[in-house]
Amino acid sequence: MIKIQDLHHTYPNGVEALRGVSLEIADGEFVAIMGQNGAGKTTLVKHINGLLKPTKGTVLVDGVETTKVSVATLARKVGFVFQNPDHQLFSETVEEEISFALKNFGYDKKAIKERVDWALNLLDLTEYRKVSPFMLSGGERKRVALASVLAWDPKIVILDEPTIGQDNRQKERLRQFIMQLNKQGKTVIIVTHDIEFVTECKPRIVLMANGKILAQGRAEEILTNQELVNRASVVLPEIARIFHNLAEKGFPRQVIDVYEASRILLQKLGEPS
Amino acid sequence: MFDGFKFRSVSSPVHTMDPRAKFIYVCALFSVAVMFNQLIPLLILFVIQIPFVVLAGVQKEWLRSMKGSAMFAVIIFTMNLLSLYFYGSYGSLPAIIERSLAMTVRFLVLIESFSVFFLTTSPDLLGLALEQSHVPYELCFAFTTAVRFVPVLAEEAQTIMDAQKARGLELEGGNFIKKIRNYIPILIPLIVNAIRRSLELAETMESRAWGATKNRTNLYVLKIGGKDIYLILVSAVIFVVSVYVSIYIQFPALTQLLVG
Repeated sequence: MIKIQDLHHTYPNGVEALRGVSLEIADGEFVAIMGQNGAGKTTLVKHINGLLKPTKGTVLVDGVETTKVSVATLARKVGFVFQNPDHQLFSETVEEEISFALKNFGYDKKAIKERVDWALNLLDLTEYRKVSPFMLSGGERKRVALASVLAWDPKIVILDEPTIGQDNRQKERLRQFIMQLNKQGKTVIIVTHDIEFVTECKPRIVLMANGKILAQGRAEEILTNQELVNRASVVLPEIARIFHNLAEKGFPRQVIDVYEASRILLQKLGEPS
Repeated sequence: MFDGFKFRSVSSPVHTMDPRAKFIYVCALFSVAVMFNQLIPLLILFVIQIPFVVLAGVQKEWLRSMKGSAMFAVIIFTMNLLSLYFYGSYGSLPAIIERSLAMTVRFLVLIESFSVFFLTTSPDLLGLALEQSHVPYELCFAFTTAVRFVPVLAEEAQTIMDAQKARGLELEGGNFIKKIRNYIPILIPLIVNAIRRSLELAETMESRAWGATKNRTNLYVLKIGGKDIYLILVSAVIFVVSVYVSIYIQFPALTQLLVG
């Protein structure tokens, strides 16, 4: 359980990135944080694993205040995958890269081997085990970064812009993967601009602008509200735009999903879906 | 310590001076500092720069650079003290202390003058000054780009540190060797990214016709003005007087003066 209360954060250069954010994320929830550049999304999630400490307010992870424990301690519970994999890859082989965190956390040799095997298999990287991460493509590097975090099986997984630089196939695999993680009971938090990606996953949406939470709720509810998404510099999903235009003809407004849209349209056409 | 050398755009009489004049001033002070090894002249050199710092309005940053160099100053002092005590031919302990202090002040004088120079000279003007001093343009460009990318690298280093901390890396604690080892996961991505970025920069520059014309001209041209000449003259006077003093006048040691 993550409980954020009246969180303010001002950077040393005086930029006020968060101005009173309160948010609760229950265990096993799937949340997407969206909003314009500079809205404070990354600043917010960096508070969850203690990389940033509140200027004012509190952040509790499972009842523990993040100011009271080190990042390394929190990291066991909260896995954070950074936007750019090149900010963390440094080892000679993919295998060593994945075992880095496990060594930091003091796992024994046998456990490290098991978990590395598991993570390699999970992200379809087994064939690259002995390859240098620097020789891999952008998408593969991203998967190595993801594997290196999932290897220690954190309870909460935070992904900062997971879809950037991924082709459609990789995105689809990533989506299935994230959904699977969430089904296994993990709390998943993604920070993203990718509206189409979100419409397919349908997480709870937290919409941010200017360091504050503008709105939060079901994806169908938030992402079809033209006025809200405009204020957060997010565009309506394409399906939502179509159904907005069709609203006068008696179509429902809160549709963002392709399958749902086809079902409604077929029904109108009088054909069985 | 970095902040004590980072250019901040403020308007002051020193900021608008020609970088070449300031460079001559730094060189003069540098050579004078190396010329003397007694404490009194070096202290004088240290003090006479303070009005210049105040005139430039960079006291805060200057103090920061001084604080940043404090640790090095202590190391220099201790090394001098130990080596002079065990291997030097100086007799008394006060004389050894004075000599070690003098070496420390010399270091501070050098840091002080360079810090003022970099604090008050924008990388662009510096590049322009180099160019007008007939340094090949490629070299000037490489130099100014290097200076300009320092803050970018500093920011990237912070992100990398965050990413590794999020994977359980503890940067604090452990013995000396452990501490150095801890920085490997930070240095490797930093260097790899810097190299990648430089290759990208080269490609984008080439695609924007970098180096297409042989004879480049500049929008702004540096001109030596009144106060620049004044600064050059002051530097010259300091230099000439110092050469004279170092040859013909023997500065008394502080310990001698105090003992009587």
